[in-house]
Amino acid sequence: MPEQKEKLTIVMFSGDLDKALAAFTIATTAASMGMEVSIFFTFWGLNIIKKNDAKLKANNFARRMLNIINRGGTRRMTISKYNMMGLGTSMMKGLMKDVKMPSVDEYITMAHEMGIKMIACSTTCDVMGIPEEAFRPEVTVKAGAAYYLGEAREAKVSLFI
Amino acid sequence: MASETLDCVGLYCPMPIVKTAQKMKELKPGDVLEVVADDKGIKQDMPAWCKATGNECLSIKEEGSEIHVFVKKT
Repeated sequence: MPEQKEKLTIVMFSGDLDKALAAFTIATTAASMGMEVSIFFTFWGLNIIKKNDAKLKANNFARRMLNIINRGGTRRMTISKYNMMGLGTSMMKGLMKDVKMPSVDEYITMAHEMGIKMIACSTTCDVMGIPEEAFRPEVTVKAGAAYYLGEAREAKVSLFI
Repeated sequence: MASETLDCVGLYCPMPIVKTAQKMKELKPGDVLEVVADDKGIKQDMPAWCKATGNECLSIKEEGSEIHVFVKKT
């Protein structure tokens, strides 16, 4: 008899390195406890799931500018405080490597293997002019708020990070 | 007593739990897994994980800096 799995939904609004790691830590732990997890990446969160070498063409000036300063990709992620022009982020990455904390790339692979659904917000993609090919293969769905709420209303735990 | 051992020394939360979950999938009901870790968090994490997944946390033994947790698959 299949039991109903408890659901966890996470809205990943932030694109910061530290916040992403917190989200993935909770997500993978939940999955390891048998929960069904989905992560909705929106706004700055889309940067986490863009390919590092994504081609971002855009049809107007504002989007082109945005895609230049907001290239995204795990390689360009910074911590939310004390970034200090990248110095803080490097030092924090060093500390995390010391305790063998997985990187965001490793977490994304792990999450995918554990069946965690990673979803890109379709509206934000249109607003920012991000094409589907810009995302990593682990991202399976492009969806909107109704899809998110469909999951969230059945979820036992819902987080906004 | 343990059917298998999982070495998580040097790994911090959530890795010991994630690895335990993965390893447990390979075991048969009744098998006992010995998880060795040095992250003190496991003393709370493992009982919580067992409660959530319906497995049995048999014992938690501290030997110096290492914590040995015995988990039985139900």
